[in-house]
Amino acid sequence: MSARWWLIPLTLIVALMLVVMPLPDAAQPFRPDWVTLVVLYWCIALPQSFGLTLAWIVGVLLDVAHGTLLGQHALGIVLVAGFALREHQRLRVMPVPQQAVVVTLLLLGKQALVLWISGMVGRAPQNLWLYFASPVLALVFWPIIFGLLRDLRRRYQLG
Amino acid sequence: MQPLFQQAAGPTLRLVLFVILSVVLMIADHRYEHTEAVRGVLSGAIAPLRYVVSAPADLLGWTKGHVTSRSDLLDRIDALERQNLRLRARQQKLDTLKSENDRLRVLLDSSAKRDSRVLVAELLSVDLDPYRQEVVLNKGTDSGVYRGQPVIDAYGIMGQIIHTGPITSTALLISDPNHALPVQINRNGLRTIASGTGEPDRLKLLYIPNSADVRVGDEVVTSGLGGRFPPNYPVAKVVKVERQPGAPFANVVAEPKAQLDRSREVLLVWPDNRHPRGGVSPAQENLPGQARGGNSGPAEMPKDLP
Repeated sequence: MSARWWLIPLTLIVALMLVVMPLPDAAQPFRPDWVTLVVLYWCIALPQSFGLTLAWIVGVLLDVAHGTLLGQHALGIVLVAGFALREHQRLRVMPVPQQAVVVTLLLLGKQALVLWISGMVGRAPQNLWLYFASPVLALVFWPIIFGLLRDLRRRYQLG
Repeated sequence: MQPLFQQAAGPTLRLVLFVILSVVLMIADHRYEHTEAVRGVLSGAIAPLRYVVSAPADLLGWTKGHVTSRSDLLDRIDALERQNLRLRARQQKLDTLKSENDRLRVLLDSSAKRDSRVLVAELLSVDLDPYRQEVVLNKGTDSGVYRGQPVIDAYGIMGQIIHTGPITSTALLISDPNHALPVQINRNGLRTIASGTGEPDRLKLLYIPNSADVRVGDEVVTSGLGGRFPPNYPVAKVVKVERQPGAPFANVVAEPKAQLDRSREVLLVWPDNRHPRGGVSPAQENLPGQARGGNSGPAEMPKDLP
């Protein structure tokens, strides 16, 4: 199976592309945090082959893509991934809707951290509360991501 | 199965390690300039993604150009020819004025201005941090783009380069709340600062006394103070003047001339003392790189405020 290791980086690259994809200005705050969602999936599904190192590298790339402080998203992703890695056995047996709730809470925490850091360096957005819409959307997007990546993982017999 | 990365230390220890690493990186990025090189390299790694994402929009534009009907194209050619004629007529006038200006300058013994060099760049249709007014351009250090370089479009000043990668660069627009631009009122030379508001169609003119002579419709141009932007480029037009008795300064709002949210092609300008390749004048290097972060105040401040 180890020949399929490229599947994880590939999904992360696709998630990064979705992050830099142009959206109308009004839809900006509602863009789901694709990268973190994908990172969370691999943390739960394949904790033995997906570690904090990769999560952190992806986080720094996300910072570069967003033009935020280097380390801002990286910190958020590492914390969220650390939690998911530690609790992966518990998360794995949960039904998907319940997983979605946990993921949403994690993303809300991450968004709060990222916005807080933005605020500290004087780069907070104008309508701050609108930006908590994106983590809440994970309620809808987690089941989609979960189903999609699980199918991929099974097709390529990863893990 | 073979793990991608060996688990060296305990999970909690590793988490703490990465948290500390992130915090150190953030502080370094916020306080010092050294991370700019790292950002450049990583941005080069991400650049292909940006091009791929931008491709569908480009393809759409290309297809649209190829399926336009013949009559539409003929109309456009007509319109462009008319415009070309008009511009040529104006160019002739400009040439006469320029030579006259040169003669007068010689008479006055002052040094004539050389033309600035420009390079056309295209916007990549990618989104950045939605909190900021920024755009990504398809030219980078390979073309000689440097940090702090002015970016203009056909109508006026758009912003300045804040990050450079090998084949892409990021520009901060003048409408960003963290951007400030030394300007003057064209009519009477009154110096002020145009600061962004976060909205693409509004700039604030700061520190204008209530008694100052500013009217709606006044042209605002760059003053060239601060040394980053070349002087006398159009910036904005005053749309609102609110004199507030009791407050020290009037509330003056201007509308940017540049089409900040519509332009696709922009011009990168090398002011006279810069050269596209390699040449970095010491005066420019010493400018503090304050454009990003916004923590250290406006991007540049003129030394002599009115």
